[in-house]
Amino acid sequence: MINCKALTKKYGNFVAVNELTFQVQAGEVLGFLGPNGAGKTTTMRILAGFLSPTAGKASVCGFDVETQSTEAKRKIGYLPEGAPSYPEMTSRSFLEFIADSRKISISNRQRRLEEVHELLQLGTVLDQKIDTLSKGFRRRVGLAQAILHDPEVLILDEPTDGLDPNQKHEVRRLINRMSERKIIIISTHLLEEVDAVCNRAIIISDGKILADDSPKNLESKSKFHNAVSVKLLNSMNLNIVDSAINSLPEVASTRIDENNNSLIAFPTKGKTPLEAITKLGAAEGWDFSELHVESGRLDEVFRSITGGTAR
Amino acid sequence: MNGVSAVMRRELRSYFSTPLAYVFIVIFLVLSGWFTFNFGNFYNGGQASLAPFFNYHPWLYLFLVPALSMRLWAEERKTGTIELLLTLPLEMWESVTGKFLASWLFTSMALFLTFPIWITVNYLGDPDNGVILAAYMGSLLMAGGFLAVGSFISATTNNQVIAFILTVVVCFVFLLAGFQPMLSPLVGWVPQTIIDSIASLSFLTHFSSISKGVIDLRDIVYFALLISTFLYANVLVLNMKRGE
Repeated sequence: MINCKALTKKYGNFVAVNELTFQVQAGEVLGFLGPNGAGKTTTMRILAGFLSPTAGKASVCGFDVETQSTEAKRKIGYLPEGAPSYPEMTSRSFLEFIADSRKISISNRQRRLEEVHELLQLGTVLDQKIDTLSKGFRRRVGLAQAILHDPEVLILDEPTDGLDPNQKHEVRRLINRMSERKIIIISTHLLEEVDAVCNRAIIISDGKILADDSPKNLESKSKFHNAVSVKLLNSMNLNIVDSAINSLPEVASTRIDENNNSLIAFPTKGKTPLEAITKLGAAEGWDFSELHVESGRLDEVFRSITGGTAR
Repeated sequence: MNGVSAVMRRELRSYFSTPLAYVFIVIFLVLSGWFTFNFGNFYNGGQASLAPFFNYHPWLYLFLVPALSMRLWAEERKTGTIELLLTLPLEMWESVTGKFLASWLFTSMALFLTFPIWITVNYLGDPDNGVILAAYMGSLLMAGGFLAVGSFISATTNNQVIAFILTVVVCFVFLLAGFQPMLSPLVGWVPQTIIDSIASLSFLTHFSSISKGVIDLRDIVYFALLISTFLYANVLVLNMKRGE
């Protein structure tokens, strides 16, 4: 379990992390979301033991990150932002160094090394110097380093940054596979990543928690939640359909997109306008080319919570 | 597997996987030979002794050792690998000691490779090999002192050039602490006991007595204390930087 109590980090007068309090249990995959400079990386650095907090406490698996830092670090696998590694080393000797520093027992060492080589498909680049590797491979070496000792807690700062879509998919699958028994905290800018791997999301901005919920619940805060997206055949007049839909009691407002001959109908609070729109369309003889319910848009929730203007 | 040795072996390995190790060793050997034969009057002195060789070590170290020590921490900070290193389950002193030992072991390799000059002097005459052994020990201890100072200074910055220059300056002060030009600004207004204790911090006085074959426990304790003090300060600086 990870336990943060009023965790605060100040740089001079600048407050990077402002009294963060949260807990994470095993089995949770927590996504840290927030604009750049929100305090995500600072929080992760404190948990990993790289920075000490100005005030407050944090513990990992019962070990205080300040007073029992070595014990806490043993429980953690950490991928720092940008996945730094020693450029002059080969991937193999780099991972062997990690195994030695983490004091992985001789009997486990070879097996674990082979497992992570396999898991992250490093086989072809093991004897290549890290500074000759592509960004994607460097990131994977960084991930391999973090999971080498099969830690109870994984802290990954932007784990898929710089990966191509296939590699992103692979890394997300890896995270999903490991998530059952572990605590995983990832930070990301990519909201689709939260949907793909997280079962909990914390949105922070200016060092404060603004939202802490499951991605599903966060989406339902979106004004797109239960909105109905309607696309018409080109022969149909969008404006007539728009004003008809707008007059339905279930619909609060609409937004039209003339280029696509489509519109989105936002529901009045607590209503689901799909059925009413379908009935109306059938009665009026409209030709839909597309009709579906929106589940909500995380990026819109994110922007409205963190102070950006919603679309 | 011990944390100190894991850090040490990684560090040593990285010296040899870049040109650094080879450049350093070649320059060290060439310069030490050049000083010995050109300025040291090795042949004309008419004595079978390596004093002309060892006399120039402090000055060689003054520029070569900071070049070695400047990268110890500054480079890790610059490239961000320090974040990786300091989040491994190692105590701070383990990382500091491991890195220091790697650099010290490396200097001792360079020093060991000067053995042809020892063979030469034994071929030419009948030197006191005990004195030579003591001088090698003294030279190694002094290199350790330089390296500990350099490692500490490297931990305070992420700029290797700054680390180099500061280390040269601080080591220069340590070298000459016992000599008139360093002490004369203090004479007259600082109590004599303080001047004496500053003078006793000089690398040169401690090195020159060992290199004459006089192994005084005080000289060994001096270097041991110097090294441990600066490594301890190194740990403190790294811990302080965590809280910044």
